[in-house]
Amino acid sequence: MKTTAKLAAIALIACLPVSAEAHRLWMLPSATVLSGDDPWITIDAAVSNDLFYFEHFPMRLGNIGADDDGPPAGAAKGPKGKGPAGRRGGRPAELVVTAPDGSTVEAQNGNTGRYRSTFDVHLKQKGTYRIAAINEMLFASYKLGGERKRWRGTADTLAKEIPANAEELSVTEGYNRVEIFVTSGKPTDTALKSTGKGLELLPMTHPNDLMVGETVKFRFVADGKPAANMPVKVIPGGIRYRDKLGEMDFKTDGEGVLSFKVETPGMYWLNASLSDLPSTIDKAKRRVGYTATLEFLPQ
Amino acid sequence: MRVAITVGLSGAMAAPALAADINLNVEIPRLSVAEYHRPYVAIWLERPDNSVAANLAVWYDVNLRNNEGTKWLKDLRQWWRRTGRELSMPVDGLSSPTRAPGKHDVAFSGAGKPLADLPPGQYQLVVEAAREVGGRELLRIPMQWPPKETVNLTAKGEHELGAISVTLKP
Repeated sequence: MKTTAKLAAIALIACLPVSAEAHRLWMLPSATVLSGDDPWITIDAAVSNDLFYFEHFPMRLGNIGADDDGPPAGAAKGPKGKGPAGRRGGRPAELVVTAPDGSTVEAQNGNTGRYRSTFDVHLKQKGTYRIAAINEMLFASYKLGGERKRWRGTADTLAKEIPANAEELSVTEGYNRVEIFVTSGKPTDTALKSTGKGLELLPMTHPNDLMVGETVKFRFVADGKPAANMPVKVIPGGIRYRDKLGEMDFKTDGEGVLSFKVETPGMYWLNASLSDLPSTIDKAKRRVGYTATLEFLPQ
Repeated sequence: MRVAITVGLSGAMAAPALAADINLNVEIPRLSVAEYHRPYVAIWLERPDNSVAANLAVWYDVNLRNNEGTKWLKDLRQWWRRTGRELSMPVDGLSSPTRAPGKHDVAFSGAGKPLADLPPGQYQLVVEAAREVGGRELLRIPMQWPPKETVNLTAKGEHELGAISVTLKP
């Protein structure tokens, strides 16, 4: 890859919640349905084009692998004087592992490599775990003296860092959730309760009770309110070994409920986003994104 | 090898007049593979809507240290989804060791649990087998409970299960 292309790719990651269309973010668990007294799972987290192959960038997770400021090992180096490219990738997502009792637990054995981050979760409790990478960002673009400027930061620094004489100021608040569900023993719902932030999938069908040929129902909420008439796309994994993408396009109903059915077992990537939600930040547009990896088992 | 097992508490004194029995013969096929492990097998009765009416038997590695044999119970995929994940293994009268290739007689007494509590109706007897580093197979045999007369039913597996025969005796 030429340096310019590389930089473009890095820039795309930098703008993740806004340009999530460009690459696909995902996590892939070693299993979603587990039995036994002491199960563990391991998870890959990556940014790629094809599903589910690590071929482009690791998903940067704040509490995994390299520290917040460091690049992933072996990551592309940026131009001289600009620091390692990894640092340009924006703030890493926050990894939140919610245990069946609703408490937050730590991931273990975290590592960020060139193409993927990996970590383990020791499933000490019976029931369903929700494992999410959450990215909350504030973006701005404006003109200053005829020159287009871009800015990234937090609500606290927005007023301080954007000059008062900025023109054509546009502020976007992004909240992106990439998640998976894993169940040891009997599926439970406590970890799946809405946080009221961002776009979320609430179970009508439990996300670890998915079988081919059965209609699945999920309710989507955006900042806690029904995500009505929202387009949702679902893509089966294994893209490398077929010619057609096989994307399925669905839409939630008036209550935010999505119903669909798949016929082939495997891992599926589900993705949706909404723009122009009300923001608590003055004049800002709010954009929320959601991605889940779901496993459909054979009958 | 023939193994006869009686599952359930079939005390002669407790036998009600209506008791009917299920006698099952399950064949574990002899397979010519480099690495062979005896399959995990689950046997249960399901209602027409696939919900579980009665758990009859689960054969798995019951004797491994620290209950480690339970790690692979989820490979009995239907059984795990329909009932296994609700249970805390081992369960008395349900769990027993895996069986070697051959034909195995298994008798379920109508006087004991769970058959004594089974309401009359249409059921399917389900046998599911999953083998470590091998495949999985599931067979369903429709049956009426309780039987009015002696009924013989059969099914034939293709890879993980051999011939299954069921005799229902009023």
